[in-house]
Amino acid sequence: MTTLHQHSAGLWTLAWRRLRADRVAMAALALVAGFLLLVLLSSTGLVASDWEDEVGVNYAPPSFVGADATARALARAQLPRETPPNAFDPLADELSELKAQVRESHPPVEKRTTLLFGADKWGHDIVKKTIKGGETSIVVGLVAALLAVMLGTLFGAVSGFFGGWVDDLFNWFYSIFTAIPSILMILTVAAVLQQKGVATIVLILGLTGWTGPYRLMRAEYIKHGAREYVMAANAIGASSWSRMFGHILPNVSHVALVQMSILVVGFIKAEVILSFLGFGVPVGTVSWGSMLNEAQNELILGKWWQLAAAAGAMALLVTSFSLFADALRDALDPKIK
Amino acid sequence: MTSTMTQETVPLLQVRDLRIAFRTDKKNTFEALKGISFDVPDNSTVALVGESGSGKSVSSLAVMGLLPEQTTIIHPGASIRFAGRELLGLPLRERRALCGKDIAMIFQEPMSSLNPVFTAGYQISEVLRLHMGMDQRAARARTLELLDEVGIPDPQRKIDAYPSQLSGGQQQRVMIAMAIACQPRLLIADEPTTALDVTIQQQIMDLIARLQRERRMAVLFITHDLGLVGEIADRVIVMRHGQVREEGAAAQVFGAPTDAYTRALLHCRPSLNARPLRLPVIDDYLSGRAAPGQALAQRVRGTTPGDEPVLVVKNLAKSFWLREGLFGKREFKAVKDVSFTLGRGKTLGVVGESGSGKTTVGLTLLRLHRATGGTALFEGRDLLAMSDREYQAYKRRIQIIFQNPYASLNPRFTVGQILEEPMRIHSIGANEMERSTLARGLLGRVGLPDAAYGRYPHEFSGGQRQRIAIARCLTMQPEILVCDESVSALDVSVQAQVLNLLQDLQDEFGMSYIFISHDLSVVKYISDQVMVMHHGSVVEMADSDELYRNPQHPYTRSLLAAIPRSVL
Repeated sequence: MTTLHQHSAGLWTLAWRRLRADRVAMAALALVAGFLLLVLLSSTGLVASDWEDEVGVNYAPPSFVGADATARALARAQLPRETPPNAFDPLADELSELKAQVRESHPPVEKRTTLLFGADKWGHDIVKKTIKGGETSIVVGLVAALLAVMLGTLFGAVSGFFGGWVDDLFNWFYSIFTAIPSILMILTVAAVLQQKGVATIVLILGLTGWTGPYRLMRAEYIKHGAREYVMAANAIGASSWSRMFGHILPNVSHVALVQMSILVVGFIKAEVILSFLGFGVPVGTVSWGSMLNEAQNELILGKWWQLAAAAGAMALLVTSFSLFADALRDALDPKIK
Repeated sequence: MTSTMTQETVPLLQVRDLRIAFRTDKKNTFEALKGISFDVPDNSTVALVGESGSGKSVSSLAVMGLLPEQTTIIHPGASIRFAGRELLGLPLRERRALCGKDIAMIFQEPMSSLNPVFTAGYQISEVLRLHMGMDQRAARARTLELLDEVGIPDPQRKIDAYPSQLSGGQQQRVMIAMAIACQPRLLIADEPTTALDVTIQQQIMDLIARLQRERRMAVLFITHDLGLVGEIADRVIVMRHGQVREEGAAAQVFGAPTDAYTRALLHCRPSLNARPLRLPVIDDYLSGRAAPGQALAQRVRGTTPGDEPVLVVKNLAKSFWLREGLFGKREFKAVKDVSFTLGRGKTLGVVGESGSGKTTVGLTLLRLHRATGGTALFEGRDLLAMSDREYQAYKRRIQIIFQNPYASLNPRFTVGQILEEPMRIHSIGANEMERSTLARGLLGRVGLPDAAYGRYPHEFSGGQRQRIAIARCLTMQPEILVCDESVSALDVSVQAQVLNLLQDLQDEFGMSYIFISHDLSVVKYISDQVMVMHHGSVVEMADSDELYRNPQHPYTRSLLAAIPRSVL
């Protein structure tokens, strides 16, 4: 009876086993997981919810650099100064009472001259700002890539599987789409959507990014559609839908997965460009893109830390995501047993 | 004096205690060769015969030094001596110089061994320029001679042909011309005819035999087909599981084999002049149940006018349209005017070479290709004319088993899922429980263990996978089963088992088979009636015994003449 329930390790289990043997992939996975955890924590408000507090002086340098004279002078200058009492003021008593109340509830804090990774123009903590910005950027990248890959897979599957005039139709559509310069395309969609917000960016990127996955998935479907296992499925009476998504998709999913990883990376970068062009996130929302946008002016003043933080976080995520996706592709490839 | 003595007695190639293992992952190794020794003397042909996994190709790759360095472990005690010189441990550069020149090799797939973007002539003359130091002009002249020698018609024109412009047989001839270009002393031929049609196979075998005689070189001929080497080999070495089972002169190995496995190999293949009820399988010989010369109960095959027809095909035609020019199309008639009647419980064999349209007939009958013309009447209904919706109900009654069991099963499905899918589609079995029970029952019926249910196709061997494909068809209990080269990719011993299974199932369920194959002896064994196809047309159709006894059409005769004599 024991043999009745004996199942071989599934392909996902096997893939996981192969992945675990790959040290680089595991390190990359840990980093990606760390980023995702931060996104989760910041979106639930557990970390970095107070990023907008002006805790440091303007452009407070990172603590490992140390406070400079300007920062110290600024800190002193920004302390609330005691105005000398005015004997002629009829409201002097009330005012001083009010001031005392305010002082009691909000005791004046000296703004910090250094922060862990410095502060921006308004004295926001860069570490917290980077975490909050990461939330926007990663969500935009992931959701937009998912949308683009889903569209590309659907179009590619239909086009490659049925061929003939269906294929021609999609190919014409694809050709028109790719004939328009991508930045123009993005601006066109942005102009049509007429709204600023994270959802808009996701739509812009998703609706313009499906072309790459489409082409690859179409090729895979043409290839697999003629394979014997698909013909066998046809012979036993499996429907077109079942052959397309039940039989072929699991065998080509690794292609979609790699496309997804490439697009996530691309879209995080695209969000930067969009923000730069003014089509990005609305005022009051922070993203890595908007941080980099601000950083251009700061760099001239020699305040490099905001740029370093945003670019560093982005590079780290993008690199680990690519490495992980590469390893995942290898682990999932059905050709390798 | 002693030097001439050793010159004569030392064989050209001497392999001693060759032990090779491959690293499969960090911890495990797989032992492919378990210490084999053999000699290839000068001016003779030695055949290395074995089924897949026997280590025959590993041996030849080891001689050529072509095994992947990172994963191969060659036992330190092993030795490969060529003309008295130890090859193992030789610096890479010297080894390479030797391998291109004194030892040459031809591979199984001429299509993938030739570079498609260079002309045949360029590829041969490149060898001459590299190894013989010839200049352009001399190399071209020598190439023409070589092309003539290997029997390429019109060498002046073919020298500038690209591989895609040559037929499979011609490509293999070009490969042979490249191999003999530098006058090698040893030619290794690794399954050189497996990918070719029977008539072409015969020509290539004759060519290799002729070149061996004329050039007095040594040939190491590697094949899975014991019958093939009977005419050309001086010595035969039979291998199994990385060990030598038997070695001896060809006449002795064929006439009086001492090893049970050799005997089994010789008898598992269906022969043209006997049709036992069941083919003997390897285990019968290894366990001593079967003995050579033992009279086996014979099966009578053939059709009678009273047979109940199950499928009547009339004037079946299928054309493919090839693009030509900007808007032009050219019709390619893959199948022309094929008519036959399949009787219930009978087998129709379809033979022909590649491109004869035999596979297209099968696929068109299952509507995997859309027929261009003709009818296929099944219970009075035309299968080819009905709508897809109507045909859906007929799908379970006519099924197909493909050639390649590695490609016809979805690698992402477990065996259980593979078997239950058709039952779910056609509402066979009341619920999942019942379907699972049915699937397990069928696994047992085709001779697979119950544990196979939860496993994936890649965990099985070729023969086992073909059993899974057969079980998948059986779930629907079809009345007609199209077997498209279903046993061609299998080893001889496994082929016998699958043929026996198909025969048992026909006896049990009364299924009708359309058995498509290029292998005439297999078709003779399993068929009641045989249809010979050539260039899309039926050239001859008759009861199988009659057709083989008295072939009418010249093409049928040439096919029969191409069967290796030792099989008969």
